[in-house]
Amino acid sequence: MLRGLRRHGHDGTVTVLSAEHHPVQHRPLLTTVLQGRLEAGMLRPEPEHGARVLTGAVATAVDTARRVVHARQGDTVTAHPYDVLVLACGARPVIPPLPGASDRTGRLAPGVTTLREVTDCDRIQGTAVTVLGGGPLGVETASALALRGTATTLVCSGPHPLHERLGGTGAALLTARLQEAGVEVLGGRRAVRREPGRLLLDDGTETAADSLVLCTGVEPEVRLARAAGIRVHHGIVVDDALRTSDSRVHAIGDCAEHAGRTVAGHESALAQADTLAAVLTGREAAHRPTPAVLRLRTHAVDVACVGPLAAFRRSGIRTVGLLDPAGRRHARLALDGDRIAAAVLLGLPEAIAAVSHLHRRGLPVPSDRLSLLLGIRSHLPPAEDDGRADSLVCLCNQVSRRQLADAWELGARTVPALVRVTRATTGCGGCTERVERLCAGWADAVGRELEPTP
Amino acid sequence: MQCGTRITGRGGAAVTVEPADFPVNRGRLCQKGWTAHEVLTAPDRLTTPLVRSRDGRLLTSSWDSALDTVADGLDRVRARYGPDASAVFGGGGLTNEKAYMLGKFARLALGTSNIDYNGRFCMSSAAAAGNDAFGVDRGLPFPVTDLARARTVLLAGANVAETMPPLMQHLDRARLIVVDPRHSATARRAALHLQPAPGTDLALALGLLHLAITDGLVDKTYVDQRTRGFETIATRAAAWWPERTEEVTGVSAHAQRTAVRLLAESRDSYILTGRGVEQHRQGTATAAAFINLALALGLPGTPGGGYGCLTGQGNGQGGREHGQKTDQLPGYRSLTDPADRAHVAGVWGVPPDRLPGPGLRAYELLDALGEEHGPHALLVLGSNPMVSAPHAARIAARLASLDLLVVADFVPSETAQAADVVLPVTQWAEEEGTLTNLEGRVLRRRALLSPPRSARSDLEILHGIAVRLGEPAERYPTEPREVFEELRAASRGGRADYSGITYDRLDAGEALYWPCPDTDTPHPGTPRLFLDGFAHPDGRARFADVEHDGPAEATDAEYPVHATTGRILSHYQSGAQTRRVTELAAVASEAFVEVHPDTAARHGLAEGALARVTSARGGMTARVRLDPTLRPDTVFVPFHFGGDGRANLFTNPALDPRSGMPEFKVSAVRLDPLLE
Repeated sequence: MLRGLRRHGHDGTVTVLSAEHHPVQHRPLLTTVLQGRLEAGMLRPEPEHGARVLTGAVATAVDTARRVVHARQGDTVTAHPYDVLVLACGARPVIPPLPGASDRTGRLAPGVTTLREVTDCDRIQGTAVTVLGGGPLGVETASALALRGTATTLVCSGPHPLHERLGGTGAALLTARLQEAGVEVLGGRRAVRREPGRLLLDDGTETAADSLVLCTGVEPEVRLARAAGIRVHHGIVVDDALRTSDSRVHAIGDCAEHAGRTVAGHESALAQADTLAAVLTGREAAHRPTPAVLRLRTHAVDVACVGPLAAFRRSGIRTVGLLDPAGRRHARLALDGDRIAAAVLLGLPEAIAAVSHLHRRGLPVPSDRLSLLLGIRSHLPPAEDDGRADSLVCLCNQVSRRQLADAWELGARTVPALVRVTRATTGCGGCTERVERLCAGWADAVGRELEPTP
Repeated sequence: MQCGTRITGRGGAAVTVEPADFPVNRGRLCQKGWTAHEVLTAPDRLTTPLVRSRDGRLLTSSWDSALDTVADGLDRVRARYGPDASAVFGGGGLTNEKAYMLGKFARLALGTSNIDYNGRFCMSSAAAAGNDAFGVDRGLPFPVTDLARARTVLLAGANVAETMPPLMQHLDRARLIVVDPRHSATARRAALHLQPAPGTDLALALGLLHLAITDGLVDKTYVDQRTRGFETIATRAAAWWPERTEEVTGVSAHAQRTAVRLLAESRDSYILTGRGVEQHRQGTATAAAFINLALALGLPGTPGGGYGCLTGQGNGQGGREHGQKTDQLPGYRSLTDPADRAHVAGVWGVPPDRLPGPGLRAYELLDALGEEHGPHALLVLGSNPMVSAPHAARIAARLASLDLLVVADFVPSETAQAADVVLPVTQWAEEEGTLTNLEGRVLRRRALLSPPRSARSDLEILHGIAVRLGEPAERYPTEPREVFEELRAASRGGRADYSGITYDRLDAGEALYWPCPDTDTPHPGTPRLFLDGFAHPDGRARFADVEHDGPAEATDAEYPVHATTGRILSHYQSGAQTRRVTELAAVASEAFVEVHPDTAARHGLAEGALARVTSARGGMTARVRLDPTLRPDTVFVPFHFGGDGRANLFTNPALDPRSGMPEFKVSAVRLDPLLE
């Protein structure tokens, strides 16, 4: 947002109130930090010129009539007048009512954490960790922990993680891939109690849990907005200009709800920030949500899905499918005409890249759907020498097979002679072997003709 | 690229060109090289000066009369609008001597700040990025033959197999990673082809750097000891995790990982960039992003690895070193540095304050022609901006609005045909001089043939105009050898120091790479730069802080397809020369557009039929070629053709703020069938 404002030429003051002491710029990277492959410092927001960033400053109230934000920074109470207020409050983790996990005030018990801030990474300690929740964050967190060598268990209430998004086949393959990557997956179970060092489940079993990571969903952070009388539905309701019910107040990111939907994904949030930066600097701009793609960040397997599973059952939808259980690969496309209505892709990295790219941009799928799913190039062009007389053997000097044959007939009976006459092979040299083969082949044919018939 | 050739014959059709056993091409040539002699005898070769008459026709003229017309016109423009109203547009095919003299002529004879050249449309982005990173810009800071020992080579936006085929023999043994939105001839030879959406190369390079960091492949010792600025770009690259990079570029996270692993597997890796990286409004940042990756992997300035930029024009390297760039003085000196100004002014025998400052850059200069505060007279040497500049219709109108357009060329190029005065010049086999190749090696060109009738060399023309403008005759020598002696002195102590190079040493067969200072015992030249340190005062390379913003123009309902422009095997540049060679014209005689069959079907286009390719700026006509290996969201149009076949009628003049490079590689276009 700050970057956008600067790029669009905003030169007024900008104050940023960040409740976190160590603000995180790219939350999807928390699992990379967890793996130990990225230093936490790398997630700090880039310094922005012209912005006053106050960390550890908790906004406590918005007075929309006086246009002031009240905040608390440590023991100090501060007030921040504004011309324009942007709420980018994000989302906050949903804490399940699990006995032993939190006290009455909602404070998490020792050894229990969510994964929302950099400091949460340090809270995940011990040799055995249980992750509760079969959504994207649960899967990513569990596989990140397994990759760093921690004994990891993933507990989810559905039969498999991401069952509702991937469907039975895809979700079962995901479980298999996670198990191979070292994550013990316990599906179809509910947690009933947290005790130090373990988690008790509803089937009477328990898992070792020096740390328990709660990945049990998030909800838009709307409390500040709601208290200020700004219209809130599921998230803070915004229009195409990302404006709330108060014309001086805007909202972007996970806390905002546009056209009945809260945003999903980092790229959408960035797009909103960019649009709002344009709006605030007086440009014509309107937020157009891009189609969401769920793309997991896990080394266990490449997974992506778009659209609702229900789309596969809609009338007029044609499906294309691919199942390779041994290779743990699976793809299903629901096509509405030549556009993607829904897709589930697992273990097919090239198809994931291509399908996501097409879906986000609303582009039609290529007519060769199997090539798309397999990630191979369709209709490969004919090789330079496909046997036809007029096919080009040497691209650099535009020499066809016919020209070489003619040169041979006229007496160029060696490779150097063919090269001299036609200039084949003298560019990049890539056709040298083919010219040698052709020359040898013609020589053989002549040799056979000369042999006395028995 | 500069292939070594041996030319024999006495003139006319008897001249032949054969490949020489020169290290760059090692006995090989593509069709352009083999047929190069035909340009010497082009049927419409210009042999006498032409001056536009009152009724608008170009009529033959004597040299004296033509040069008088030029000088009178320049005088009038200067008197009416001031010195900056005269401008010069040069070319990357001019010899070092001509490029040098052109810069001197502009600053002293015309006194104008407005001189720039077509290299601004070619290598200026990598030049800016190279200067920032390494302290000096030499396309390849190592001999091209070093590539033969590489284990992995990443070619970004460079279609070597088609644009400089003989270079491929140096890449035969390496595992090639090719980054190109098209499945080009080079991509077909690659071990791994990354096919990003047009205009997203910068995001891809940031993503590859991210993976180098998270996969522990950064050479920490190298970064600590030989570079500065890693932390800032590392934090920036942190934001480009593979799945996000995949989302933006369309290149799978898996392919990104494979690419970085191949590059980091050994020390013998090279990253080479071409026009595909540079010709964007973020071209400098994109080239810098690939340099960042090379630096993080510890490649530049080591014996077995490195970064390089592949230059295309006949003197692509030398043409950017000797003062035809608007901000630059000979020896790659800066026009804004007082010591640099003083040195060059001393060699030229004028006080430093006689040198104007930097002026408009190529597109900005062309765009300002005839405008209130823009130039009103333009002298063009070795360039054909009617075809090669972006937003060509606008540029054609600007050229038409000039009080005086003078074009020196040996064929009636599209720009020459629009000129008020056309001056016929000698060409390559008819004159001597030096060129600096893509490795920074200075090459001698010798004259074999006598020029036709009354053609004159560019040096003679500059001399003739300068003298008429009242300049001392001895300030503008016409003998290339004499000019080179002056260039040596002007470059002495500069970043591109030629002072130790002489015609005699080159004639003796010495392979001399700049910098080659004039020392007591002859300096051997510098085939490999940076082995002991980079050219910044502290000897360290700089990481650049870059961020991906994307192309200037997005596709939408009206213009739903990306168009990208580039080169094909049978032509170079604006095609003014190659379109006049029978064999080459037979291979590609007219403009074409490569389209994915699905896209063609959707837009009602058929193989072999004509199509209009139209952007918000204008449209061109091209014959449809179906290519199933293309991205369906992208079409490709070569830019070598004239008239209504000019790809630049639709290209976007969105400029890179640092290099002034236009965004040739991404336009949003519409495709419509056209009935013949």
